[in-house]
Amino acid sequence: MGALETITQKIQDKAKSLLESGQAEVVIGYRKGSTPLVAAPYFARTPSDCENLIWSSFAKLNLANYLPNRTGKVALVAKGCDARSAVGQVTENQIPRDNLYLIGVPCSGLVDPAKVAAKEGRPIQKATETDETITVSGVGFEVEIKKAEVLRRNCEVCSHRSPTMADELTGPEAPAAKPDDFADIKALLAKSPSERLDYFQDLIKDCLRCYACRNACPLCYCPVCFVDETRPQWLGKSTDPMDTMTFHLLRALHCAGRCTACGACETACPVNIKVREFNRVLDKAVQENWSYEPGLTWEQKPPLTVYQPNDPADFIK
Amino acid sequence: MSEFEPKVVAFFCNWCTYGAADLAGVSRLDYPPNFRVVRLPCTGRLNPKFIMEAFKRGADGVWVSGCHPGDCHYIAGNYYARRKFVLLHTLLETIGVDPNRLRFSWISSAEANKFQAMARDVVESVRACGPNLTFRKAPLALDLPEVA
Repeated sequence: MGALETITQKIQDKAKSLLESGQAEVVIGYRKGSTPLVAAPYFARTPSDCENLIWSSFAKLNLANYLPNRTGKVALVAKGCDARSAVGQVTENQIPRDNLYLIGVPCSGLVDPAKVAAKEGRPIQKATETDETITVSGVGFEVEIKKAEVLRRNCEVCSHRSPTMADELTGPEAPAAKPDDFADIKALLAKSPSERLDYFQDLIKDCLRCYACRNACPLCYCPVCFVDETRPQWLGKSTDPMDTMTFHLLRALHCAGRCTACGACETACPVNIKVREFNRVLDKAVQENWSYEPGLTWEQKPPLTVYQPNDPADFIK
Repeated sequence: MSEFEPKVVAFFCNWCTYGAADLAGVSRLDYPPNFRVVRLPCTGRLNPKFIMEAFKRGADGVWVSGCHPGDCHYIAGNYYARRKFVLLHTLLETIGVDPNRLRFSWISSAEANKFQAMARDVVESVRACGPNLTFRKAPLALDLPEVA
């Protein structure tokens, strides 16, 4: 039995025992998706539901998104980044710690369907996986692809793959990938301001402002989002490029110091915009200025809710 | 009107820079009239939305000024604001907005001379940047008939 099957079995066993003992009213996890390369969110409410729970490297959404405003005890199947988001929500008082049980999954990185499609142009009808490879097949072909070659951008540079804060781990801790060194952001900063503006304007030129990135994001739980405010209205309803830019900038600012690089926003984007580019600019600033990484302990406070009298800010005259 | 006159939106804290502007006026210190002041109770009140809105509506520059760290009327408002400014400044500079278009300063209500110098500096550096043509919302071209 491979590591994936072991994890799936452990998730099912744990979910069943949590539901039977009443430690959780619902277990939020993944089931097999209806299309290839996708795992869908699944709410297991009875012990017999638990057999539908799976773990796969297509589990790209962040299930912590379902936690805010949830009443009753809930168990969450969480990979490293999801668990950090859930911890963030506890520290931000979105869910009481006592109501949350984290079933931690040591993650070895998730697969980016766009990269798979780039490798195999033919329409994929079926995808299966082992620990190291995925096998995609369609009419008249079957191709094996190494997972390491088709990992998502954020999974390639993840330094917190194992959810160490979880109540229970479903397997041995996964080795950390290399940490994000922000090399591309640094390279970008070496360019001229007008080239950078071009780069970012080009990045979001296809944006429809469907707000899928916001809806997929576990940090975006405001009762009324600034994009929906009408009195005053901060954002026009058309796709004016400046409104779109404002949306992406403010969204990134709202997530600053809270983003755990789960990549749910990029997964949700229907036009494949690298929306995390804005977040990464701020991730870099947060790490450099305040040496802070979100979601690593239950006690830490988000960096914008605290201060030091000697915080650096040389640009203020 | 061939020469470009910059428009700067200024966000001043009620307890310090706003007073400094007042004192500069009372002291007959000459400063450029190119900025429109929005009075805030504290720089901690400043939401990045406000700055984006100013640029969107065509401001050539934005100037934010509040109390020196440690002197906040509300004890710590400007400490929190300072962290927000760091991120905002980093983000806008990274995406290619000229840092001279977005200026920050600490000016107490006694520092009328610093206010005068800063006002001149802000307006002149925005003037050097030229009109804000790239980081603003295009006016709606509805082709409506003129109304009297």
